[in-house]
Amino acid sequence: MTVADALMLALGVIAVGSGALVVTSAHLVRAGLYLVISLGAVAGLYLVLGAEMVAWVQVLVYVGAVVVLLLFAVMLTRAPIGPSRDLDRPAGPAAVIGAGVGFGLTALLVDAFRWTAYDLPPPGTARRVGEQIFGAWVLPFEVLGILLLAALVGAIVLSRPDIGARPGPPAAAGAAPTPDPVDESADVVARLERIAARQAAAQARVREQAAAERAAADGQVAAAEIEPAAAPDPLKERARDIVFGAGDRRPPLGGGDGEPEQPRVIEGAGRPRPLGRAAERPALPASPSDDRDGTGNA
Amino acid sequence: MHAVIPYVIAALLFALGVYGVLRRRNAILVLMAVELMLNAVNLILVAADASVKKATLVGVPSESWANVAPEPRAGAIFALFVIVLAAAEVGVGLAIVLQYYRLRRAVILDEVALDAHDHEDEQVTS
Repeated sequence: MTVADALMLALGVIAVGSGALVVTSAHLVRAGLYLVISLGAVAGLYLVLGAEMVAWVQVLVYVGAVVVLLLFAVMLTRAPIGPSRDLDRPAGPAAVIGAGVGFGLTALLVDAFRWTAYDLPPPGTARRVGEQIFGAWVLPFEVLGILLLAALVGAIVLSRPDIGARPGPPAAAGAAPTPDPVDESADVVARLERIAARQAAAQARVREQAAAERAAADGQVAAAEIEPAAAPDPLKERARDIVFGAGDRRPPLGGGDGEPEQPRVIEGAGRPRPLGRAAERPALPASPSDDRDGTGNA
Repeated sequence: MHAVIPYVIAALLFALGVYGVLRRRNAILVLMAVELMLNAVNLILVAADASVKKATLVGVPSESWANVAPEPRAGAIFALFVIVLAAAEVGVGLAIVLQYYRLRRAVILDEVALDAHDHEDEQVTS
């Protein structure tokens, strides 16, 4: 028994022991970590057997990618942290079949290779493996590339539920037209109506006040012009809402009355500031502004 | 070196994989057991690559398919191919498992209803 034999036995004991823990452990995450140990020991066996390239590919692909994928899946399926009781079936038939397979294969291989001894081959470098792959095994290499691509595309298609969804009843229910929350909602319409009515009332009140002051200052003619103009305003506001869309008529956040940049507030009516101006307006030659108010209202 | 050691290790690993596939109910643990079996096959390939020489097969004509491939290190290359196959297998398998978990909130293989045929089952089983 040489050093290589002893090394191989030790690595084999590690691989088989942690493999047994993989298939018997009650912790899902621990099973994955025992799988890391088992695959690492098998990579060590590859190294002893002289297949250096295979050993490093094993470490990279298996330990680095496959086990990480498996642990991702364990965590994505919300595996419990502690031991799980319902991981296993009853052990009888599985143990019988597994022991049968193990004994059968071991007997076969021991019978075939009992007395075979071999010299340790020279370590296979990546250069020789590359020459072989791209020399004698180009066609399987290409086929494997296509298979890997197909497997990845298949995994993506499986993982995305929107690819290949057939128009069944739940899909038809999901494709039903969703109501526009702004245009269709009765709540929004009622709120807009309330806003319009409140603004019309405020305009009428302010206009009455201004008209009274103006009537006190100028006479009855201007008041007679403005007073009937206050009546059609709510209807016009609503018509403008309907024509230009309801989104523009959202209630202003700051209570709307004091904002000078509100475009739809009729000048001199919705703002409290024209009250002061209207109070001093009799002292000024105020006829152009009155005309502007009149045209804006009409 | 005794050639029987890696072969016996590979046989035991394969038996453990068979036992795990039959015993486990969790789909991810079944995939781990499948990985063990694939590793056993890889180990046999590499061990045969290192140990089997032309002189080992006594009485087999040289043009027989059972003879060693004329290229050296062919077993290592096949092991590489098997590793690639295992990576593809585990990718697709985990996609299936995660999709099933998304539909049913379970990864227990005993409760997969293979004969149910509503809309979601067709997506899972077909």
